[in-house]
Amino acid sequence: MARFSFFGEGLPGIDLGELKGKLIVLEGMDGVGRSTHIELLKQWLETNGRAVLVSSMTRSTLAGKRLRQAKEGHTLGSITMSLFYATDFADRLENEMIPALKAGFVVLVDRYVYTLMARAIVRGVDSEWIQDVYRLALKPDGIFYLRVGIDELITRVLQGRGFDYWESGMDLHLGEDMYDSFVEYQSRLLAQFDRMVESYGFEVIDASRSIEDVFGDLKERVLRMLDQRAPQTAG
Amino acid sequence: MKIYGKHRFPGRLFIVEGIDGSGKSTQLSLLHKWLESQGYVVFFSEWNSSPLVKTVTRRGKKKKMLTPMTFSLIHATDFADRTEHQIIPPLKAGAVVLADRYIYTAFARDVARGVNPEWLRKLYAFAVKPTVGFYFRISLDEAIRRLRAGRKALKFYEAGMDLGLSDDAEESFHIFQGRIIEQYEKMVEEFGLQVIDATLSIEDQQAQMRQFVTQTMTGTKKTRIRRWLDLASLGKGSQV
Repeated sequence: MARFSFFGEGLPGIDLGELKGKLIVLEGMDGVGRSTHIELLKQWLETNGRAVLVSSMTRSTLAGKRLRQAKEGHTLGSITMSLFYATDFADRLENEMIPALKAGFVVLVDRYVYTLMARAIVRGVDSEWIQDVYRLALKPDGIFYLRVGIDELITRVLQGRGFDYWESGMDLHLGEDMYDSFVEYQSRLLAQFDRMVESYGFEVIDASRSIEDVFGDLKERVLRMLDQRAPQTAG
Repeated sequence: MKIYGKHRFPGRLFIVEGIDGSGKSTQLSLLHKWLESQGYVVFFSEWNSSPLVKTVTRRGKKKKMLTPMTFSLIHATDFADRTEHQIIPPLKAGAVVLADRYIYTAFARDVARGVNPEWLRKLYAFAVKPTVGFYFRISLDEAIRRLRAGRKALKFYEAGMDLGLSDDAEESFHIFQGRIIEQYEKMVEEFGLQVIDATLSIEDQQAQMRQFVTQTMTGTKKTRIRRWLDLASLGKGSQV
């Protein structure tokens, strides 16, 4: 029996039995250190002889560039934006992730359908509908949710690159200024993520700790997952 | 977010469906002129025309980088943009919206490409249900005969060449469009499409369309500006 399955109807023309690799997802809000940990995991896995592919949002060959441009214009409706992201996601799933899984790679995904669903729901899109859309997606082997509370998140963003239009949900007119809007938007997103922990089986990782501690934690979990599912290739 | 069949707008939405060569666009443009001549405010929206999305679609097609799934999703994105910007606002304002191809085109084409039909219906659940959906029924042979008379080479995706049905474009087109007709025929009942016999004369088809449309127009807003009268009164320097 195939080790992988789709959330629902899935993609036409894909033989799940051919997929051999591992699909590992890092989820979490902007500023929790996802990209740092993806990079660390990649280096560590490669050092241990695993072939790794990283896939990130809005980086599809098909729609990535145009999607990033369209966001500049601020004219996307919420349903259109959700579907544009779904196109980008499907292109990466079919042309990056699935071929890599066939070749036995460990695929590290920087934000999967969960971020896309959370953002859509916060923008007023029907939650059942957006879940239906992503019935096309593969179920990952592991979903690691890097979590920090809202106060910590604000501090990090202030220390980092400052408030960004979309990350502050400015299109939603939630507050008087960027700060109010950011807090409100990110709180809503956080609530959506927290809601998904149980229904989608997220492994919650406390990301308020030092990078070393978080990475140690992640490494241990990833190792356990790789061993458990593929004892013959213990790293 | 309102779903199919649940929108309540004062405007009217008429759409045309059918395979290439069925004459649906001709009929829709005749309807357009007539509705305007009757004083209605009319908007037109065409499949695959969102300024935001169509460059992606065009490039994806040109470079043959679309799979059945991304082909489906990019068209859904295009349709969503037009729904949010070109279809819903005029309907809210009480205008008449005409659409050349609608969600049924996606249902027919994408299912012919192997995409799951139930999933597609969920994907397009945000679409506004048309006041009347016209389906121009024509046999494949007749459609091909008409296309041959007017046209250049068959396009890659239009002929379903991405599916590897046949190396011969003509043959592939035949198989693929045949599957599409099969899907349309199934949808006539499922969605209550109004069938128009596309082999009738242009005038007869148009007369039938106008009849169906008229039945639904009670209470629809007309424009206040009656152009000739206004021009005449301006000439007399009357007060606004």
